Amino acid sequence: MSNESEVPDSMTIIAWSGDLDKLWPTLILSSTGAAMGMNVTVFFTFWGLFPLVREDVRLTGYDTMTKALAGMNAPGMKKAKLSKLNMGGSGAWMMRKVAEKNNLMPPEDLMDICKDMGVNLWPCQMTMDLLGVQPEHMMDGLGEPVGAATALQSMSKSNINLFI
Amino acid sequence: MTDVTKTVDAKGMSCPMPVLMTAKGIKDLAVGDVMLVEATDGGARSDIPAWTTQTGNELIDSQEDGDVLKFYIRKK
Repeated sequence: MSNESEVPDSMTIIAWSGDLDKLWPTLILSSTGAAMGMNVTVFFTFWGLFPLVREDVRLTGYDTMTKALAGMNAPGMKKAKLSKLNMGGSGAWMMRKVAEKNNLMPPEDLMDICKDMGVNLWPCQMTMDLLGVQPEHMMDGLGEPVGAATALQSMSKSNINLFI
Repeated sequence: MTDVTKTVDAKGMSCPMPVLMTAKGIKDLAVGDVMLVEATDGGARSDIPAWTTQTGNELIDSQEDGDVLKFYIRKK
């Protein structure tokens, strides 16, 4: 509860990037917002959708383009790349090692914490259709897939809106 | 010093864990109870006061004992 308004603050994050170094702050801010009593919603769209796909799913796509997209974007958070200096995955590996050394929770654990704390995790229906991702491909604990209007409605009620 | 009902040990934990542990820890306390949060993450110096202001809980006292930051929080 905010002291001034007695109404819980609200935050909506558009998680557009699937990069590890963007997904990580998204999950840190989401879990912290929930801990501060805010209503937190994350709308996962475009590249941001891939981290929500179960790691045991092999995305195949439905035509040449979606097959290529699926091939370039491994599902799940474990394979997420760095936006800079990824160096074929060794950059991401080093980032995770450094984080572990500094007792920073890995994104997988932060995602579980977000689910426990009631953060709304909304997959973008349009992106799922575009990439040929089925509901059964998605990890557990997510909200129903929604569209842009639902995301905007959430943003219009939020006093913190981020695009990451 | 006020009696401490519960101590949350967030020493060695990095952001955002001290705040997440504080939020979790205060849930099962009764209104008026005092919780001690211990952290070594420098960010906690401003993060715990930000959390108490945002959530309406009271930061009674904060101390630095070597590397350990101590926050006494009364549940409101």
